[in-house]
Amino acid sequence: MTHWIILPVVLPAILAPFIVLAARYHIGIQRVFSVAGVLALIAITAGLAWEASDGTVMLYRLSDWAAPFGIVVVGDRLSTLMVLLTSVLAFFVLLYAIGSGWDDRGRHFHALFQFQLMGIMGAFLTGDLFNLFVFFEVLLIASYGLMIHSGGNERLRAGVQYVLYNLLGSTLFLFALGAIYAETGTLNMADLSQRVALIDPGASVGIRIASVLLLLVFAIKAALVPLHFWLPSSYAEAPAPVAALFAIMTKVGAYAIIRVYTMIFPPDLEVTAGLHGLWLLPAALISLAIGMVGVLAARKLDRLVAFAVIGSMGMVMVAISMFTPVSIAAALYYIVHSTLAAAALFLIVDLTRAGRDSLHLRALPPVSGAALTAALYFTGAIAMTGLPPLSGFVGKLLILDAAFTSPLVVWTWGIVLSASLISVVGFARAGSTVFWKSVSIERPASEPQAPRPAALSYVAVGGLLSLLIAHTVFAGQVHQYMGKMATQLFAPDRYVSTVLDTPGKLSNGKKEAH
Amino acid sequence: MELLVASAIGILTAAGLYLVLRLRTFPVIMGVSLLTYAVNVFLFASGRLTIGASPILIKGVETYTDPLPQALVLTAIVISFGMTAVIVMIALGAYLGSDDDHVDDPAEPAAEEAQ
Repeated sequence: MTHWIILPVVLPAILAPFIVLAARYHIGIQRVFSVAGVLALIAITAGLAWEASDGTVMLYRLSDWAAPFGIVVVGDRLSTLMVLLTSVLAFFVLLYAIGSGWDDRGRHFHALFQFQLMGIMGAFLTGDLFNLFVFFEVLLIASYGLMIHSGGNERLRAGVQYVLYNLLGSTLFLFALGAIYAETGTLNMADLSQRVALIDPGASVGIRIASVLLLLVFAIKAALVPLHFWLPSSYAEAPAPVAALFAIMTKVGAYAIIRVYTMIFPPDLEVTAGLHGLWLLPAALISLAIGMVGVLAARKLDRLVAFAVIGSMGMVMVAISMFTPVSIAAALYYIVHSTLAAAALFLIVDLTRAGRDSLHLRALPPVSGAALTAALYFTGAIAMTGLPPLSGFVGKLLILDAAFTSPLVVWTWGIVLSASLISVVGFARAGSTVFWKSVSIERPASEPQAPRPAALSYVAVGGLLSLLIAHTVFAGQVHQYMGKMATQLFAPDRYVSTVLDTPGKLSNGKKEAH
Repeated sequence: MELLVASAIGILTAAGLYLVLRLRTFPVIMGVSLLTYAVNVFLFASGRLTIGASPILIKGVETYTDPLPQALVLTAIVISFGMTAVIVMIALGAYLGSDDDHVDDPAEPAAEEAQ
């Protein structure tokens, strides 16, 4: 049994208290440990992704207790890809936080950052639904701290809304878990996938309610309309590096939907027929439309990007909700793209703050370092709106291609294409106001020119954008791998048998608990 | 007993939801607390209701209660308690900063920034 797979959870869990206890007042030491920790995470998660790439399912049993009784951590292609994406994203976000000095504008940024990573990594790796809840709470409680980092009344108010919304989501999650446990007597995902299949379709009321409750919880995390109301203010008011890291948090919801609704409640399951298969796609299309209309209607640059995140999550959910291997592969390709693009855009919005006191979309004197910032903005906008040549275009093509088998193919094509057009107009209008119209405005002599953003900030944003370019250049290989991943998701036998049949403590007396 | 527990959960949830919709931080936090109490009782009941049964193996005892929901409830209680403490602190900070304890956005910037 390999112990490497638990390290992405354990390493930040040790590092965070260490940073609080030992390096409390030394921002330099905190930075060194934080960056070193994230680099180690990249190495570990890359190793895990490499090991899982041939279809191996890695299993780690905590204290060696056998599966339905003990807690398991499982790494398959999907989980390891998501943890790798998280650690790479965290690295660039951390570089930006250090370069821009955001981490020094309040206390404990690095400790909270590590706790946040611990929660996200755990949520991706766990093989147990209750444990998923616990890791959701870990990542949320760290995000509450990060969200209000460096304070301010606006931010605190947005923080209250964000925390309350997520508390209600957590309560709903517990109701769903209680209902599932009452119906099946287990919360281990692999065990659940077997037991749910045994439920008599005539007595399916409880499990249908549980399945929908669980979907609602994940839809809150994934900001699916009409459960998206927490996202715009909290992402817009959060400090830029935090908002960029939050780009992966909506994907935790998407990941959980993919995992649970391909393994536990697969689309051809009779007990839950006609629930998510019927309702998810229209909701996803509406959230795509609302997100992109929000992009056009936003009056501030940070809100514009927040609505773009809702729109791109809508796009991801459109692909997921068709529940075919082709569409899940397209969704996975788009998830990687949308995480990187959203994070880059949040950081670019922060770059425009240099020399601009407000993010309202009106012409003000040019920002410092305007040429480079504008170039980055337009690259990010091209990626986010899905124009060629960047990966958003490839991802959108894959999703449109996957939509041919869906009954709502006309609606999907129509909404995806018109939403893209609207978002192009929205981004172009915002960009020309902020960067081009401002050139003709003289800066008042009384106002000194603000210093340019630090080089490290540009390195971070450039790194994210170059990852997007790599995602485009290697689209063939990446998509092929995503296809393998989707095949593995729709044939979970290996996952289930690895989790349930690997011997551990108690497996000899493996009788049903009730 | 099932009826009693079920109606208690229902009343707690209904009262909690009503308070959550009040849009002032104090009632909302009270509402969230009521909701978490409701969910704790619900989780506890998810392992079936038994009276006086033991959760651990004892020689000569035939009826057991399911120990797992008790462990789940313990975790849920700790987490909800911690979360409530966090929201109280953040809400207090927001109230002291802006002298306003409404949860929703204030009317004036909302008209200016409405999407």
